[in-house]
Amino acid sequence: MESRDWNQLEVGQELEPLVKPAVEKVQLVKYAGASGDFNLIHTDVETARKVGLPGVIAHGMLSMGFLAQYAGQLAGTYGFVSRLKVRFKEMVFPGDILTCRGRVTAKEEHPRTVDLAIFAEREPGKVVTVGEATLTYY
Amino acid sequence: MLIDRSVIGSTSETRVFEVEKGAIRAFAHAIGDENPLYTDEDFARQHGYKSIVAPPTFPTTFRIPIPNLTFELSRVLHGEQEYSYNRPIVAGDVLRCENKVIDVYERTGKLGAMTFLVTEMRGWDLEGNPVFRGKSTAILR
Repeated sequence: MESRDWNQLEVGQELEPLVKPAVEKVQLVKYAGASGDFNLIHTDVETARKVGLPGVIAHGMLSMGFLAQYAGQLAGTYGFVSRLKVRFKEMVFPGDILTCRGRVTAKEEHPRTVDLAIFAEREPGKVVTVGEATLTYY
Repeated sequence: MLIDRSVIGSTSETRVFEVEKGAIRAFAHAIGDENPLYTDEDFARQHGYKSIVAPPTFPTTFRIPIPNLTFELSRVLHGEQEYSYNRPIVAGDVLRCENKVIDVYERTGKLGAMTFLVTEMRGWDLEGNPVFRGKSTAILR
């Protein structure tokens, strides 16, 4: 997705989707290390099963990271992501291919901001993480 | 409830975090976020930043235990997360951060009775200017 300046976005506008590569187990190990979240339900099948999960699950924060990537790509060098809020609705498993989608919900001129409704879905209609973002433009 | 409500208000010590270039790059790489602002220092400088920029969810790497708050980590799911930023965080920033319990409540959901733990982290620069806030809802089951 190309980045867009404030004056290139309109309320109601649908954004180009961002399709992420399938979540991989090794990615969960890397994310655990990079984020410092060592909850073993993300990296160890035995621990995951012991607490009743079918297998390891992705860190919720990884899917939030995908949505942050999406919002950050849109702002590019024109501005920055000044707010990001998400709810983790469904678990994400290794092999899942997540697509980030969004729409412009509001625009303010002073300061120059754009609000977005954003979500990540596993397949059309199967939303795993949903939220909103504000981009503040320079 | 898996956590007693008396923990509400419990606040961590203030901890100082230095935002390092290597940590930012490893974090962006794990997410698969190839934004050049997060990896290419020359590019970031050309666009007015003093060094590479941290991705928006980078404050999750700032971890500070809260006194009197104990639970079994593998029983925790992440329910909600919110961040707001006064400005982007960049490599070289030194941030003073504090973590606090702001709410504990119980709800019955599809997995049975669950305890919700809401914590808030705030970060300031060394001059005392606010830089970010993070609000996290964890679900214990």
